[in-house]
Amino acid sequence: MQQRFLKWLAAFALALCAAPLFAQGLTLEIANGNASAIPIAVVPFATQTGAPGDASISDIVGNDLNRCGQFRALPKADIVESPTRGSEIKFPTWRLLKQDYILVGRVVDQGAGEVKVEFELYTVGDQKNLLSSMIAGQRSDLRGIAHRVADAVYEKITGVRGAFDTRIAYVTARGIGNNASYALMVADSDGYGPQQVVTSRQPLLSPAWSPDGRKLAYESFERGSSAIYIQDIGTGAREVVSARKGINGAPAFSPDGSKLALSLSNGVNPDIYVMDLGSRALTQITRNYAIDTEPVWSPDGSTLYFTSDRGGKPQIYQVAAGGGGESRVTFAGDQNAKATVSWDGKKIAMSQGNKNMYHIAVLDRASGSNTPISTGNFDESPSFAPNASMLLYAATEGSRDVLYAVSTDGRVRQRLVLADGDVRTPAWGPYRQRGQ
Amino acid sequence: MKTLRVLLTTVAATAALAACSGKKAVKPPPPPVDNGAVTTAPAKSGPYSGPEDLDRDSCLRQRVIYFDLDKTEIHSEFQAQVACHAAYLRQFPGAKVTLEGNADERGTRDYNQGLGERRGNAVASAIGAAGASTSQLNVVSYGEEKPVCREHNEGCWQKNRRVEIVYTSKQ
Repeated sequence: MQQRFLKWLAAFALALCAAPLFAQGLTLEIANGNASAIPIAVVPFATQTGAPGDASISDIVGNDLNRCGQFRALPKADIVESPTRGSEIKFPTWRLLKQDYILVGRVVDQGAGEVKVEFELYTVGDQKNLLSSMIAGQRSDLRGIAHRVADAVYEKITGVRGAFDTRIAYVTARGIGNNASYALMVADSDGYGPQQVVTSRQPLLSPAWSPDGRKLAYESFERGSSAIYIQDIGTGAREVVSARKGINGAPAFSPDGSKLALSLSNGVNPDIYVMDLGSRALTQITRNYAIDTEPVWSPDGSTLYFTSDRGGKPQIYQVAAGGGGESRVTFAGDQNAKATVSWDGKKIAMSQGNKNMYHIAVLDRASGSNTPISTGNFDESPSFAPNASMLLYAATEGSRDVLYAVSTDGRVRQRLVLADGDVRTPAWGPYRQRGQ
Repeated sequence: MKTLRVLLTTVAATAALAACSGKKAVKPPPPPVDNGAVTTAPAKSGPYSGPEDLDRDSCLRQRVIYFDLDKTEIHSEFQAQVACHAAYLRQFPGAKVTLEGNADERGTRDYNQGLGERRGNAVASAIGAAGASTSQLNVVSYGEEKPVCREHNEGCWQKNRRVEIVYTSKQ
């Protein structure tokens, strides 16, 4: 009971924290909090101005740390002192506020639109300097720099690479019938800076990132029937890689980027294929009268996981990436579909439930434990962050489709809502290579 | 099993067709009409007078076939519809249809595309079995991407589990 109250209180505090955030495309709301997360004070950085969206670096860093579920940033109202370097920190103050860590920093103007962001991370208990670092960049990319600061802090404390400085892809839809319009979008991992990749009057779906983060593969009906396109996000150049009779769907780049797994029906029924992107040669991987679709690669590229209803209802199966050795993977729940695999291959998340209600569940492959991590009735399309700390998924609320970001333990959820219309089929991009 | 289903479909379609033809047989043969349209194939004799019947004939005007949850079987109430469109396509070999398969929102999007295609294929094989040529039939599955209704209840889902018969060429 008390824990519930604390949870509610934390959620309320976090909601207040998230209030100033606003994006042209998606808006963010923290849906619940995690009272047992690590407390950290992210003190406002000195001379911080000019971040797009009117949010300061400390707000962006604090929100990043909050939404991954492992941290709880001290609400701004409780930040009673404003040190901007290690020598100015009065540790008893922060000990009193029950903080484990404190981050301070400053933005130094370098002229010609360049800035340098210096930051220092300390433990409050033994006053140890864990990190003294600097990130230089364009003032116009202050949000990107802030995400990299959050990544550095996250990695220092958890030992796992941070994934805040990444991008996400999703499809937006407006209208119904002849008035429908669709757009494939790319935005920062927190929903900011949305950028249109392609628009269509006909459905767009299933975006998938190339491992270098430069391209997206997706299915489009703009030619009147289904086809798979690969598009360069930077230049906008694109090409049709598959437009066979029937369904050309569910593309997925191999971890080395040389192949594309996809589902082709040839007008009969969908099977899993692998296309060599150099030669465009196709290898048929499954041969079945069932619907075989939604292939994803294991991180080492040796195995494909896919959805099949060969046993009557949709379940996740696996097959060697070159074909052969097909076996069923999921046994919990009535149905399982659309798998996503963590970077280490240890976790598989999917949409799980019966025909009337389904949520996202995470399967731990070693222990076989199955953990539901979402609470909606129609939750689908999970996509792991590259460090598997969080997932994105699509939910339906009322008559609209929204996205959620959820910590992998299910403790913290954040809603990404489009001002008008629906948001669907999220895909979390790879670690960012700078210069993109 | 599959052969039996096709056979039953054919029998039902033929019966419905016979009923349809009987009704139409009292009409005088249509006068030749020059409407300037390019006829891609000569019409054969049959119950219909021309493309205008697509808007006039009570059977041909019906172009949506609904399905049960997770099912691809065509209900008997839609057999007459299958039969009259098959008869039209047989009479006008230049006519072409796209059979748009759709599913309700439940289940994943890619899976539902497979389900929509199964339904489209079921209608295509029924129309084919009743005499249309496969070259006149094109199946496109939109899965759950083109709902006609957006509420989350059976009444709405039922309207979305459908195959729409869309004429891309009328004669």
